[in-house]
Amino acid sequence: MPFIANTDEQRKRMLADIGLTREQLFSDIPKELLCGRLNMPDGLPEQEVRGILAELAGKNSIDLTLFLGGGFYDHFIPAAVYSIVSRSEFYTAYTPYQPEVSQGTLQAIYEYQSMICRLTDMEAANASLYDGGTAMYEAMMMALRVTGRNKVIIDTSVNPIYRVMIESYTKNLKIELVQTHCATGLVDREQILSKLDDKTAAVILQNPNFFGCIDDFGDIAEKAHSKGVLLAVSCYPISLGILKTPGAMGADIVTGEGQSLGMPLSFGGPYLGFMATRMKYVRKMPGRIVGQTLDRQGRRCFVMTLQAREQHIRRDKATSNICSNEALCALTALVYLSLLGKQGLRETAQLCADKASYAYKRLTAIPGVKPHFRAKWFFNEFVLDLPCEAADVIAKLIEKGFAAGFPLSRYYPDMKNCILVCVTEKRTKQQIGMFAEALESVL
Amino acid sequence: MIVKGLLYTKDHEWAKVEGDIATVGITDHAQDQLGELTFVELPETGKEVRQKGELGVVESSKAASDVYAPVAGKITEVNKELENKPELINQDCYGAGWICKIQITDKASINNLMDAARYGEYLKGL
Repeated sequence: MPFIANTDEQRKRMLADIGLTREQLFSDIPKELLCGRLNMPDGLPEQEVRGILAELAGKNSIDLTLFLGGGFYDHFIPAAVYSIVSRSEFYTAYTPYQPEVSQGTLQAIYEYQSMICRLTDMEAANASLYDGGTAMYEAMMMALRVTGRNKVIIDTSVNPIYRVMIESYTKNLKIELVQTHCATGLVDREQILSKLDDKTAAVILQNPNFFGCIDDFGDIAEKAHSKGVLLAVSCYPISLGILKTPGAMGADIVTGEGQSLGMPLSFGGPYLGFMATRMKYVRKMPGRIVGQTLDRQGRRCFVMTLQAREQHIRRDKATSNICSNEALCALTALVYLSLLGKQGLRETAQLCADKASYAYKRLTAIPGVKPHFRAKWFFNEFVLDLPCEAADVIAKLIEKGFAAGFPLSRYYPDMKNCILVCVTEKRTKQQIGMFAEALESVL
Repeated sequence: MIVKGLLYTKDHEWAKVEGDIATVGITDHAQDQLGELTFVELPETGKEVRQKGELGVVESSKAASDVYAPVAGKITEVNKELENKPELINQDCYGAGWICKIQITDKASINNLMDAARYGEYLKGL
């Protein structure tokens, strides 16, 4: 917000009206999180302040060649995406509050839901959630509601950022979170099956998993279902252009991070959580849902549907506290997918896989660099063993203009020398070659 | 409409007690307040419920409301017809729109219910 119109005098009057001091107004925010004094002299002219801020912003590395993924990906975004989503008709409230008069917004959400269903091979999708992590949490809560059970199995190959979010959300709830350990790059069937019992609500898995490995959870779905357990799968939407879908594997709830569908990488988002399920569970699904119907004159129109699940009607029994959606991000995903089309998405996914495969060959040819897992099927990310600590190598490569990957030791303490490398369709053969040379030079 | 011979709760459920089985539904007042029903979440057969415990949910286009057990006991049967025809409750709430049958485990719990006359008085006072 570059300009705030309120004067000090107006602020004083507003505080006086509500009978609070400035300190009292912000008393709910922990002191250490409040912005204290800025490291900047008082009374600087606007132009100088801008200069200082621009200089600070200049310290960010914004032109690195990205080989960094870990759940958020650097894909090419056609210019038309931004042109369409930034139209003022769309660029307003983040979720429709007087929905039925906003037929355009509702139609866009309906089409977005339809695309998510086709992409994941599921029967019903909601209007979107905040991000991939919260969507996974919501999937877990949904499984608890469907089954009336309270134990959840989650594998360590699920994005650790999501797992941290889930732990934080469930800390004060009566939920038994059981973790299975992924040692080979693929989910350990025996561990999971040994933990499945009649108290288990869900098994939560990810494909491709955080290490980039791809799997088919069909066998797990079958075993889970035989014990009344749901399978929740988080997926990377671009990969679905070529990979077997969670729906085809028998998943009951599918979620994921939708950033890769036309949204730029940005610290803090806004990102997009998507969620889809089977029709039989639709009433247990959280979030808003747009449906298609006919008006009094028989014309096709769109409405918010199944609202009785939601907070404003169902109060404390609502399916979740989600009463909004990421409408603009959902629209972005819709526009991106529309522009790419079925064939375009398939080609994008294939390019990612092919280029990653080429990078894998180049990088593992460097002396001292080895693949970490024996599981050899990956989509566009893979784990490499380096001869020294990954974090150090990554720091050195930033100097050379590369974001080399994700240091896995941040979440997996025994993987000190492991780096997670990602390649999207945006990387050229030349860039991959230069990256291999740079990596070799710093080892 | 209130039917004589049935027992009623303040939450607008009715129970028809025959031997140790109670057939349970929601009253005409309840269905009228809710409007056109779109969905009924039925309890599971075999489930034990306490008096006033949650039995299921009736949902209309404007509200969703819990249905509470008028008596304590075990669910022996549910009205599967309602899965596809929730409107049966609107059409015939004391007949074809019954929700479930409960085998009463605590006979004394029946004494907490109102008869038709008292329920009629209760409705007037709302």
